[in-house]
Amino acid sequence: MPFNPQTPGDVEQMLATIGASKVDDLFDEIPKDLRIESLAGIPDALNEMDIGKLMSARAAQDGTPLNFIGAGAYEHHIPSAVWALTTRGEFYSAYTPYQAEASQGTLQLIYEYQTMITSLTGMDVSNASLYDGGSAVGESALMAIRAHRRSKSQRILVPTTVNPFYRKAAVSTVGNQGVKLEEVPCPKGSLSIADLEKYADEDVTALVIQQPNFFGVLEDVDALTDWAHAHNMLVIASVNPTSLGILKPPGEWGTKGADIACGDCQPLGVPLSSGGPYAGFLTTKMENVRQMPGRIVGRTVDMDGKQGFALTLQAREQHIRRGKATSNICTNQGLLVTAATIYLSLMGPEGLARVANACHARTNELLAALARVKGVKVAFDRPRFHEAVVQLDRPVAPVIADLARKGIVGGFDLSNDYPELGNALLVCATETRTREDIQKYADALAETLKAAVRAA
Amino acid sequence: MSNIPADLKYTKSHEWVRTLSNGNLEVGITDHAQGALGDLVFVDVPEAGKSLKAGDSFAVVESVKAASDVYVPVAGAVVEGNAALSSQPELVNSEPYGGGWIMRLEPSGAPSGLLSAAEYQAHLDAEG
Amino acid sequence: MAMQKHPEKIIFEYSRPGRGAFGQWPTERHSPNEPASGIPANLLRKRKPLLPEVSELEVVRHFTKLSQLNFSIDTHFYPLGSCTMKYNPKACNQYAMLPGFLGRHPLAPESLGQGFLACMYELQEMLKEVTGMQGVALSPMAGAHGEFAGVAMIRAYHRARGDLARNEIIVPDAAHGTNPATAVMCGCVVREIPTKDDGDIDVEALRQVVGPNTAGIMLTNPSTCGVFERRIKEVAKIVHDAGGLLYYDGANLNAILGKVRPGDMGFDVIHMNLHKTFSTPHGGGGPGAGAVGVSQRLLPFMPIPVVGKEAGVGKDGDRYRWLTEKDLPQSIGRLSAFMGNAGVLIRAYIYMRMLGREGMHRVGEYATLNANYLMARLARAGFDPAYPGRRASHEFIITAKKQKDVLGVSAMDFAKRLLDYGFHAPTTYFPLLVPECLLIEPTETESKEALDGFVDAMIAILREAETQPDYVKTAPHTMTVRRLDDVRAARQLDLTWKPATSQGLRPTPENAVPS
Repeated sequence: MPFNPQTPGDVEQMLATIGASKVDDLFDEIPKDLRIESLAGIPDALNEMDIGKLMSARAAQDGTPLNFIGAGAYEHHIPSAVWALTTRGEFYSAYTPYQAEASQGTLQLIYEYQTMITSLTGMDVSNASLYDGGSAVGESALMAIRAHRRSKSQRILVPTTVNPFYRKAAVSTVGNQGVKLEEVPCPKGSLSIADLEKYADEDVTALVIQQPNFFGVLEDVDALTDWAHAHNMLVIASVNPTSLGILKPPGEWGTKGADIACGDCQPLGVPLSSGGPYAGFLTTKMENVRQMPGRIVGRTVDMDGKQGFALTLQAREQHIRRGKATSNICTNQGLLVTAATIYLSLMGPEGLARVANACHARTNELLAALARVKGVKVAFDRPRFHEAVVQLDRPVAPVIADLARKGIVGGFDLSNDYPELGNALLVCATETRTREDIQKYADALAETLKAAVRAA
Repeated sequence: MSNIPADLKYTKSHEWVRTLSNGNLEVGITDHAQGALGDLVFVDVPEAGKSLKAGDSFAVVESVKAASDVYVPVAGAVVEGNAALSSQPELVNSEPYGGGWIMRLEPSGAPSGLLSAAEYQAHLDAEG
Repeated sequence: MAMQKHPEKIIFEYSRPGRGAFGQWPTERHSPNEPASGIPANLLRKRKPLLPEVSELEVVRHFTKLSQLNFSIDTHFYPLGSCTMKYNPKACNQYAMLPGFLGRHPLAPESLGQGFLACMYELQEMLKEVTGMQGVALSPMAGAHGEFAGVAMIRAYHRARGDLARNEIIVPDAAHGTNPATAVMCGCVVREIPTKDDGDIDVEALRQVVGPNTAGIMLTNPSTCGVFERRIKEVAKIVHDAGGLLYYDGANLNAILGKVRPGDMGFDVIHMNLHKTFSTPHGGGGPGAGAVGVSQRLLPFMPIPVVGKEAGVGKDGDRYRWLTEKDLPQSIGRLSAFMGNAGVLIRAYIYMRMLGREGMHRVGEYATLNANYLMARLARAGFDPAYPGRRASHEFIITAKKQKDVLGVSAMDFAKRLLDYGFHAPTTYFPLLVPECLLIEPTETESKEALDGFVDAMIAILREAETQPDYVKTAPHTMTVRRLDDVRAARQLDLTWKPATSQGLRPTPENAVPS
């Protein structure tokens, strides 16, 4: 047992104090026939040297391929300071800041995070984070139903331009409560008011708008927001925080702004890491603050009138409200919020705008390079940010497999989720891709497609 | 010792009921209840027009560490929620039987099953 | 103590226009001069966001100082009941942060993820072994998320059998608040059953509530009262006979690791808090990981994705792949955008491999030894165990009712004063049914001297409570802040920093010594 400090002498003294003759006696309230003697399926212990070798070999096996996928998780430059600070034991090994006097560091950091994220989204209040961007859409839907007291339908419109992984996670989150998430087909690659007209006279609680949408296309958020409000729906925005360095914040969409804005903090200093841990963010207007799920930090004063921070509005939460809580959530993704707050502090308004611009420029360069490849066509000729759909002249899966053999992660195959788009591939280039990377990808794709023609 | 005005009616769930001159009822929570909850930070008052069944929860009172439902003592329709509580929830603490009223209600029938002040006092004593 | 005693300014108060961590920004080379070409003006941001403009050193110093305002396992004994605050080995973090793991895109081809997937598959297998379950899915991202998955599977199971009436979930009154909240989120109705004076649930009351509407029962064992539910086999039989399923809340799995398995007790579905039992970080409130384990009959309903293995043929080794909707068409679905908190799962994998078979048995043993020792010493020092005569599990409850009645000093006062002595407070006022409750969990990684130091502090505070109770009632006295005005925090909501609202709330200057 590698992490136990008790010496045999300690054990003896401790048992004497307890009045037990052996450690096993301490388990005498457990029925004998339930006790186990062996865990044959667990391998022998490895010391740190050996586990280090094993993990290094496993990590090396996966390598560091050249990545051109986004689809909700983006490869960005992560400053060294972000994780050097985040993994300090005082952040890394602390618990939820319930004991406020002993947790002022985490509490103040969350207050700073709430400030930054509400300013980015143009909203009034933020919680301390949710699991990820997918579950955030689900929690936003439940919150919209609580906030929109005049709507009785519990129907939420979710266009197919919303990330399909987010849609699936949201359906799993709300499905058991009678909430209906209804898909709105968007054949043109973006949501248009024509796609929504058939809901004009119906009781619908909210409309979800993703900006930029899953295909990287920019939705006409002003018109959509005003249309939804005119038809008595709330607006839930699902947004990429990097894009908010240059794009209009949801709080300013249309005349009144979105009602709820959510998304994923992953682009803000959080590594791709096979899908997590990330952190979902959730922001809203002040009038809805009590409908928010999850922790919220407020600034107050102590007995001497000195500034301090504490969890507040806790009466919404499960540890007090139990079955009547706004959600069963009792965690946030604290460590990732720490990383995101440090990242945003290092970037500042100008750094973040530069990252967004660089992503935009790189993606345009990528599309220009791919458009020159025989057998590749760029889909949806509309304003876009950050990523885009290309269509190939043959099935995507074998092409991706061949690119993988060349050390290139060539994009996300859309043919399972969007068969109507044909042989479609979602590609992305962030500020981390160089011109040389882009050329390498275009050359490799040309070669793969050419070889496929020859083989046919 | 909590204050239990003799001219009001009560419920076992610690609501008080006052009959107004027009026959409507004013409802709040008792001095005992506000004391047990501690400093209130939020009161969710019902919207006018809503019809309520006896025993429904019609409001939520929140302190820092607790939240509690407030129950409808007599069936009826909400005439008015106390709007002042949205900015001053502490009125429920300072004036539980006055400015801290929570809603006014037009009863759909004659009130029944309510406790007198003495009966409510006995109920409190029994609850310990 | 190494704690930072001074308050720290809010980062925006360091901000100066024109300052920045320039070394982190894309340069002109990366970022063209004509920004956002092709984006219509009405979609662009008009005002820049309120983000600080500070140098890299200012950022490093600010967040380092903030970190020093925290208690943590690395700096303090942290006996927070029900939270299992044990040592988080550094190796788990170091090797989870290898570039091959960090850089892997969740949607990258499986051919470029065999190393990662092998770790996940083996983690599933090890968790099955230590819990006695037949299948494990790793994607739930926290304990409450695992609970959600578990109850959703119970519902899906009944529905698949056409038994639509079963919508009641039974929970003991001492349960974690997440249990009833989860049941409601899954569209169920909660039926509460009482706990008896000895800490076990009231089995007779259970018999009364089970019936044709019972979907299942949610139990923590050892319970939140810190004792092992002795009639667990009888409970399982009652619920199963009534047609319900048993859900195991793994919050207290650390107590029994290597000693007894939920699967053998009769549980059909469980969640494990990997951030407790398998020592992944709590991170100041997440990320957790709430992997779920299931019995044979719930296998088809597991949340996706799950990692599957195809045995190698010829010279090819084993291949690992994601199992998705196609493989598990009855799945309760996807609970996260991708596959949950993968980086946390790698840390749990490393921890389990470092413990190994022998170490796994020792976790429950030493956690239980430490708890029983601490309880025995505190009892001798004049504190009242809530369940005298019972063994402690990995945790136990002290009730300060006597101290409250006689001295006017509450459990909260003890908790706050412990901070001054350099100990994180135990869990207070949970479970709710024990008055003036201190739920204490020392964990297996604390030394005897650390436990003795805690007892000494509790004795010293008891003396203070007898001689100068007001001093204890106004503790802490040595933290950066004293007790905070929670009522003001909730009544005058101040949730974001704005330059205008900060007047009169400036922190004490750094060179001033706080009282």
